[in-house]
Amino acid sequence: MEFETIIGLEVHAQMLTETKIFCGCSTEFGQKPNSLSCPVCLGMPGVLPVLNRKVVEHALKTAIATNCSINKYNRFARKNYFYPDLPKGYQISQFELPIAVDGFVDIEVKNKKILKRIGITRIHMEEDAGKLLHQLDGISSESSYVDYNRTGVPLMEIVSEPDMRSPEEAGEYLRILRSVLQYLDVCDGNMEQGSFRCDANVSLRPKGREELGTKVELKNMNSFRHVEKALEYEIQRQQDMLEEGETIVQETRLWDESGGVTFSMRSKEEAHDYRYFPDPDLVPIVIEDSWLQEIKGQLPELPKEKVERFIKQYGIPEYDAGILSSNRQIADYFEQCTGIYHKPKSISNWIMGDILRNLGDTREIDNFPVTPKHLAGMLELIDKGTISGKIAKTVFEEMFTSGKMPEEIIRKKGLVQMSDQNEIEKVIGEIIDRNAEAVEEYRQGKEKIFGFFVGLVMKATQGRANPKIVNEILRRKLAG
Amino acid sequence: MTKQLYQMTIHELNKLLEDKKVSSGEIVESVFKRIESVEEKVHAYITLTYDLAMQHARDADGRILRKEAGFLTGIPLAIKDIICISGVKTTCGSKMLENFIPPYDATVIKKIKSQSAVFAGKTNMDEFAMGSSNETSFFGPARNPWDTERIPGGSSGGSAAAVAADECIASLGSDTGGSIRQPASHCGVVGLKPTYGRVSRFGLIAFASSLDQIGPVTKDVEDAAILLNCISGFDPMDSTSVNREVPDYTKALVKNAKGLTLGIPKEYFVEGLDPEVEKAVRDGIREIEKQGAKIKEISLPHTQYAVAVYYLIAPAEACSNLARYDGVKYGYRSDCKSNLREMYEITRSEGFGPEVKRRIMLGTYALSAGYYDAYYKKASQVRTLICRDFENAFKECDLVVTPTAPAPAYRVGEKISDPLSMYLDDIFTVPANLAGLPCISVPCGFNDKGLPMGLQGIGNLFEEEKVLRCAYCFEQNTDWHLRRPFKDAVSAC
Amino acid sequence: MKITKKDVEHVATLARLRFDEGEVELFTDQLNKIMEYFEKLKNVDTTGVVPSTHAVDLSNAFREDAVKKSLPSDESLKNAPDSEQTFFKVPKIIEV
Repeated sequence: MEFETIIGLEVHAQMLTETKIFCGCSTEFGQKPNSLSCPVCLGMPGVLPVLNRKVVEHALKTAIATNCSINKYNRFARKNYFYPDLPKGYQISQFELPIAVDGFVDIEVKNKKILKRIGITRIHMEEDAGKLLHQLDGISSESSYVDYNRTGVPLMEIVSEPDMRSPEEAGEYLRILRSVLQYLDVCDGNMEQGSFRCDANVSLRPKGREELGTKVELKNMNSFRHVEKALEYEIQRQQDMLEEGETIVQETRLWDESGGVTFSMRSKEEAHDYRYFPDPDLVPIVIEDSWLQEIKGQLPELPKEKVERFIKQYGIPEYDAGILSSNRQIADYFEQCTGIYHKPKSISNWIMGDILRNLGDTREIDNFPVTPKHLAGMLELIDKGTISGKIAKTVFEEMFTSGKMPEEIIRKKGLVQMSDQNEIEKVIGEIIDRNAEAVEEYRQGKEKIFGFFVGLVMKATQGRANPKIVNEILRRKLAG
Repeated sequence: MTKQLYQMTIHELNKLLEDKKVSSGEIVESVFKRIESVEEKVHAYITLTYDLAMQHARDADGRILRKEAGFLTGIPLAIKDIICISGVKTTCGSKMLENFIPPYDATVIKKIKSQSAVFAGKTNMDEFAMGSSNETSFFGPARNPWDTERIPGGSSGGSAAAVAADECIASLGSDTGGSIRQPASHCGVVGLKPTYGRVSRFGLIAFASSLDQIGPVTKDVEDAAILLNCISGFDPMDSTSVNREVPDYTKALVKNAKGLTLGIPKEYFVEGLDPEVEKAVRDGIREIEKQGAKIKEISLPHTQYAVAVYYLIAPAEACSNLARYDGVKYGYRSDCKSNLREMYEITRSEGFGPEVKRRIMLGTYALSAGYYDAYYKKASQVRTLICRDFENAFKECDLVVTPTAPAPAYRVGEKISDPLSMYLDDIFTVPANLAGLPCISVPCGFNDKGLPMGLQGIGNLFEEEKVLRCAYCFEQNTDWHLRRPFKDAVSAC
Repeated sequence: MKITKKDVEHVATLARLRFDEGEVELFTDQLNKIMEYFEKLKNVDTTGVVPSTHAVDLSNAFREDAVKKSLPSDESLKNAPDSEQTFFKVPKIIEV
């Protein structure tokens, strides 16, 4: 039997704010345990939450960018359950009136040939829980330990429709969504550090059937690769079971990266009953049109729009525009270069080549030693004929390691291109004299050894000779 | 016989302090001497803070010398043990918080400190404010100073008893369903619950967040206005506090009721109302009429549902508010803790008393899957209708006047085994909480056993001035508020 | 609708309370009486009535995203029943 895979994703994105969602504690990462907490986020008796305005604005930006309708009247609810990482015994979240619903993002599937629309069910704001440690200093004991530094860090939960049909689509959706959040500057998108987390709901059904199969929730996937691998494993597992005539149990399963398998959480917990009700300590959020307009005005250009504009405005290929726009900082870098140098395609080539190679995975171009000024300066020098394309590679390496400007590098290292006819003629003359045999072969018609002579000239001039002039003189001289 | 310092009001003492006739230190000594002589019988306090009080008194006296005194400077106040004072044990009447010391001040405490008032101690209360008799206090109930065999009311019973027994000059209580007004009525003192949002709840240990409000318990209406002036106002730390100008409430105190229309809701004068209470309240209404008020019978048709609505909404909020008491971060933790689940369940079962557990059960049930719509949501809808009743009433009148409690204080132990009958006693006080309205209880007489009775005035949202004016006019034309318990004890001092 | 002992036990589990047999019986009895009284709400027609969370009309209370000093960890831990280093300490959590 052929099965169809149904995947829906729940993303928890940590919002980029200075402070927590309901108190003034810093959201800084990696501080001493319980040093970033206060009576409010510790849930001490009598204290009250006050909402961080930035959190609402981040959620609104995300909602607009993902084509959601905004609930102009939305509010917080309490999700009640007991766990030591939850100091109040309830999580402040949104339930029946989330800030946004019914949106979508478009993803490209099947080798980017087809556009597919993935629905977004809802976006809501909530607070993160604390961190539990089951051992201290590597020593296991009879206790667990709680650190409330993360408690109250603002999160956005983005729930998709079950619109994805393969792990590949799920991966693509996550990549697009993350890039949107990064563009909006509302989330850093770091999956390893947990600021962009994803749970998946996956089920199978016989092809052609309407009714959905029993879904399994997958957790503990800390990278895009994990998500795709976990989904692949889980789909196979369910398919094997269904083919054997077994029934799928509705449950939560965890991805075990080292074993490459998913396993059941086997929680003994009674069926969840979160007893949601409107949080009486907080007041409804009313989004006035003026506020919404203000937020819309602050929205940056989104990846899709940027690609289109780059193609039109700079005449670069779609492939280049796509790569440059995949990251907002890189796109900005590109545009800064275009402001001071007139050939966008040359800039694009260098960014996609040497720059991305040297940037590594972090893609943090903001602190890259080769600034747009460096790059543009170097490209100008090539155009003027001061250096050759080949020398430029050396100059680039030097700019990358020392951060010096290209003019200074070529001056200090004597890398200026040799364009003086007489000087080059002299060098070529010597080479022709010393290689009489080869010259003879060439003149006999073995023209393909022309490159051999070019190589010798370049070697003799340490690559500084202007290639155009070298070619010209060499041809003339070899012709006899 | 001249009045002792501890018998006086804020406004009387303020004058003596300003005229340098007494020092704050002397007032504190006088109050503590009084406490020493009657506290054993009344048990109004959970914690006494004598050393802190003397230190505050020295600050206050310095401030008076520098002519920087406010109305509350140097005045010994008693604070209900549900309001956090930094560094002072705050128990909420519970074993759960028996040793809890908050590292923060409630906003009302900050405001009072800024005037250099003096804190005499933390007053007794029903556990987590759940009760109307003080009998649910983990530390044993406060007693009614008029008859120590009887309850002082609750949950702010300790505050009302302390004021009535002159164990402080004035007090702060909290009112979720009548917890200021009912004990004030039972103890023969003045109790005021402000409009929801008028006073910050920051630092008030939550019972039911959409209903709780801090307010003064005082010897007369003028003192209530003085305290209200100090504690009112917007607080950025409380999202439900209202950003609205605070008038000088003492300016509202005039001795006539000209231009006021009192609405008398027929639903409040029904079977079950003690005849002596009914007579005292009707006499009271006539008195205010004599001072120029118009009287109008009105109807608040949903009154009969108020207790049901209240006892669904308040426990629902409470079961969530009390989920934080789990033995992890502060408060009681059971020794029996082999695993997490057991630690939670045994800690909470040992740390909470029966009434708190009953309400947690009630609230959890009302919110649980399958029952939310029938109970919590339905109650919230009927709450809207109760609010509308009052909206309509205030189109016809300025104030609604009713009895505060259906009967005077009963004996300790009389009702403790019948929770429903205790809940039903809240019938006259809970509607104002559900509708967020400002309201006051003033003494309006004594029954044949010598027990005080109270008259309640309810005003429209943020119309504390009318509430105070009506109460002041009534009080100044009667002398119920001047009577004090422990006659012999007084002369002995 | 009658509340059974089983209901009471289920609600107690949700609320993390533990009762002995006698208490379960007492609570079942009392909760039944109280809930029976609440049945009177069924007589009220609430079609189209918006539920009230607060009596006073409130909306949009915000704070700005500015860092305030946190409580030093020793202050936070002062009231803790059990702690280790600067962690709150709880019995070993076995459930994932």
